[in-house]
Amino acid sequence: MDSVSIRAEPFDPNREVELLRGNDPSIGALVTFIGLMRDINEGDRIERLYLEHYPGMTERALQEIVDEANSRWDIQHCRVVHRVGALLPTDPIVLVAVASRHRKEAFQACEFIIDYLKTRAPFWKKETTAEGERWVDARESDDAATLAWEKSDI
Amino acid sequence: MIQVLFFARFREELGVESEQIELNGPSSIGDLLRILRGRGEAWARLFAEDQRVMMAVNQELADKNTPLKAGDEVAFFPPVTGG
Repeated sequence: MDSVSIRAEPFDPNREVELLRGNDPSIGALVTFIGLMRDINEGDRIERLYLEHYPGMTERALQEIVDEANSRWDIQHCRVVHRVGALLPTDPIVLVAVASRHRKEAFQACEFIIDYLKTRAPFWKKETTAEGERWVDARESDDAATLAWEKSDI
Repeated sequence: MIQVLFFARFREELGVESEQIELNGPSSIGDLLRILRGRGEAWARLFAEDQRVMMAVNQELADKNTPLKAGDEVAFFPPVTGG
């Protein structure tokens, strides 16, 4: 079973993984990616982070990415959890967890989902440094990662 | 009428979160962008041809050629930075 959710409150990645596993004995591999809030960005110390999203579209975009992963790989369960609102360093920002029978599918689907999320799901980070607030710029390396999946013939 | 939404840096710099716009005849997002650019100042700067602008129609990613019809929800936003 797949699940995508946007959370305004902190979440426990371990708890989310337990929910993904359930009691399904057919799962042979489980891959997780957890994105955490770093205290340094672009060489500056970051005190706080605020995540904005587009209610409605964000959930839809995440579901479409999970659907696309399901169409590309033989995987059993996906769980995507993403924070919005105010975050502090060390807080989990995002969890992508994928369960499959064998490891290769879970590894690839997990990487695909986070790569697509980075360039297609409407979230925006605003960080607070000692100098004040600033919007985080998108990275070209993230675009390249998404493009690589479009070119690759899996 | 279409509903137009602005997010993140765009919302802050334009000072607008959402507005209703009347389109005259068949239009695309490109036509709407020309109307917005014509307002000058921050509008012309943010939506200049060389700026990276993401757009969505009815909550699906779109591009300048996407056609618009009455009742559509259109959104403009900077490149996304989640994850």
